[in-house]
Amino acid sequence: MAQADNFGFGEEASLLKASARKFFTDNFPSSTLHQLVATDPTPERMSDCAWERSLWQQMVDLGWSMLAVPESAGGLGMPLVAVAGLVEEQGRAAFPSPLLATLSSTYVLAGCGESGRAALEEIAGGRTATLALSNRQGSWNCADTAVRSDERGRLSGTAWYVQDARKADSLLVCAHSASGLGLFWVAADAPGVCIAPDAIVDLTRDQAHIEFDNVAAFEVSGNALAAVSQAMPAIWTLLAADIVGAAEWQLQTTVDYVSTRQQFDHPLGFFQAVKHPLVDVMVQIDQSKSLVYSAASAFDSEPERALQDAHMAKASASETAAFASGRSVQCHGGIGFTWECFAHLYFKRQKHSQLLWGDAAWHRARLAQLLIGEVA
Amino acid sequence: MSDQANKDTPDQVEFRQYCRDWLHSNRPADPPVRLPLSALEIMTTQQLDYLQTWQKSAYDAGLIGCDYPQEVGGGGRSGCQRIANEEMIGARTPYLPNIIGLGMAAPTVFYHAQEPLKQRLLPRLFSGEDIWCQGFSEPGAGSDLANVQTFAERKGDKWVITGHKVWTSLAHFAEWMIILLRTDKSHKYDGLSYFVVPIRSALGKGVTVRPLIKMTGETGFNEVIFDGLEVDDSYRLDELGKGWQVAMTTLLHERGAGELQTPRAGGLKSKSTHATNSTNLIELARNSERDGKPAADDPLLRDRIMQQVIREAGLAQNQRRARVPDLLDHPMRVQLQNKLLASEIAQQTAALALEVQGASASLYLGDENAPAGGQWPMAYMNSYGMTIAAGTSEVQRNILGERVLGMPKSK
Repeated sequence: MAQADNFGFGEEASLLKASARKFFTDNFPSSTLHQLVATDPTPERMSDCAWERSLWQQMVDLGWSMLAVPESAGGLGMPLVAVAGLVEEQGRAAFPSPLLATLSSTYVLAGCGESGRAALEEIAGGRTATLALSNRQGSWNCADTAVRSDERGRLSGTAWYVQDARKADSLLVCAHSASGLGLFWVAADAPGVCIAPDAIVDLTRDQAHIEFDNVAAFEVSGNALAAVSQAMPAIWTLLAADIVGAAEWQLQTTVDYVSTRQQFDHPLGFFQAVKHPLVDVMVQIDQSKSLVYSAASAFDSEPERALQDAHMAKASASETAAFASGRSVQCHGGIGFTWECFAHLYFKRQKHSQLLWGDAAWHRARLAQLLIGEVA
Repeated sequence: MSDQANKDTPDQVEFRQYCRDWLHSNRPADPPVRLPLSALEIMTTQQLDYLQTWQKSAYDAGLIGCDYPQEVGGGGRSGCQRIANEEMIGARTPYLPNIIGLGMAAPTVFYHAQEPLKQRLLPRLFSGEDIWCQGFSEPGAGSDLANVQTFAERKGDKWVITGHKVWTSLAHFAEWMIILLRTDKSHKYDGLSYFVVPIRSALGKGVTVRPLIKMTGETGFNEVIFDGLEVDDSYRLDELGKGWQVAMTTLLHERGAGELQTPRAGGLKSKSTHATNSTNLIELARNSERDGKPAADDPLLRDRIMQQVIREAGLAQNQRRARVPDLLDHPMRVQLQNKLLASEIAQQTAALALEVQGASASLYLGDENAPAGGQWPMAYMNSYGMTIAAGTSEVQRNILGERVLGMPKSK
């Protein structure tokens, strides 16, 4: 299948992105975000899981949580390029929600064949989900999972770095079994599941490690590697889209600030030591954004390119996250270093996103294997 | 190519087929001499003759100037230059030598000259019989272009020109120059006017062309001294004092953002042409050694090569996204980054190539052991031409910061 010159970003995708922009602008300005999540500055704080359930419910009612669920399972079956537009807008608002986690789970389930269908139907029905694939060392290879399933399919062990765990209704868990590596669908409130929240830097997410003690689970795939591998390009691309949206907020907010704040009888942006790095932020954002939509387009219509293009998108976006964050705080000067300035909320979200599912060097190393080949 | 072909109108489909057929039976023979990387480095008349012959034949066949009206020597078509370009590049033809003429002079003359002047100048410009050059920069007017001091003094119907232009590519072959002149010393911007002036026919009669040698050792650009050259007032483009506005037409087309598509050909493969891109860089890394192992196995080099791969892909995808309005928050934001990005990426890639080569990067064109014929060190040095010419990277960042992001104007 050939890729469309416009990434396949058609009218439907356009409308979705525009209505998402409006939804977040109308309902969730930065001041609301700050009020919601920046309640306790204490460094030793335990993370609370602050989110606007009523807004999330509106998103569910709009169908946004089931965009990626195939139509055959009751979802909307939208292409990734359209979903990326929505996620970019969510990133711009730094909106705390289980959207990314649910979409990520959806793409994995979509690779599980008929046995994933019931779980997909639950997502189409409005349930949220998240992936539990990592071990304590934070390996992004699901084969390193520390969860095992016994001969009766009961799960034991601990999954780490589970995103938005306390907002998820269901967990998609990778576990070793006698027959290999499987994927299991578990209700988050099932007996034997203990969600232990992590105290994390990012105020716009929650994260947990989850202990499983002899938990009854439904096996949706006996070949986790295949299901996860085909989904990873979509997962990386969407996280990169979130980063791009958040970085655009950082850029615009910082440009506004340096255009008004006066020093030495000029607005800060008059000085090229300030102006040029912000242009470089824009250039970096635009590269990442273009790579996000090209990776999404590849996932939708040229699967043999999906992996390499997604590595490029997430590698580029991870650099963008770090660079835009650094410049946004630095160019705000002293006020940018305070809790009251909104810049830190995005700074922290971006640092989390930069490292999640592999940082830039991790993705480039894998890209090199594809383009240059394995090291002899 | 097939993607683009799918969107052609019936006229365009027919024209594309015509181009394809013509190119199939008229592809020029391989060059008898080494060709430089681009038309801007043409050094010898042998190189020029070969390339002029090619441009003339392509023009006569209707592949150049397709979208200009027939009255000025064009093809009278619409939306067809893009198609001719795609076919010429696809057919790996030589590039076109009259690059300044086609890219900058033609649209400027077309939009701003009197009708008789257009009809006189444009046909021989399109055919490549008249090579053109551009007289903007001066010793005191680089990034600050509006500081042009070369003066045109009015004498009846004539103007007498005195001054000094620099970095003038192709002036040693040029019949004509587009030139930005000062006609009023009391206003910086409104004191500028725009002319076309003869060069070759005026040598020794008020015009001197002196080659400047680039840091690579190549010639190709020049300084041009005007010492009382007399030109007719009919050579003026647009009104007196409107030179800056006319110059913006030139620069818009130079940066690829103008209405009229510039005719382009190229892609000819020979040892003479060497693209500064990451595909060639990977090839180089495979063929270079570090401590007895392929350089392509060094993890740090691999990482840096991938950074270049990703930047190049980002640039290519920017160009794709520039045509999707719903993915642009500002209409010019991505396009205006092209020049900055393309030049800086090429520079980084060439710099990295020298590190990959290690000791052998010391070998230059004259050394038979030089990897890729010594083209990488030359490309690296030439890359500074790209980050300086046509608005330095620093000027580009000002333009982006001010026009796109709306930050306050810097001095």
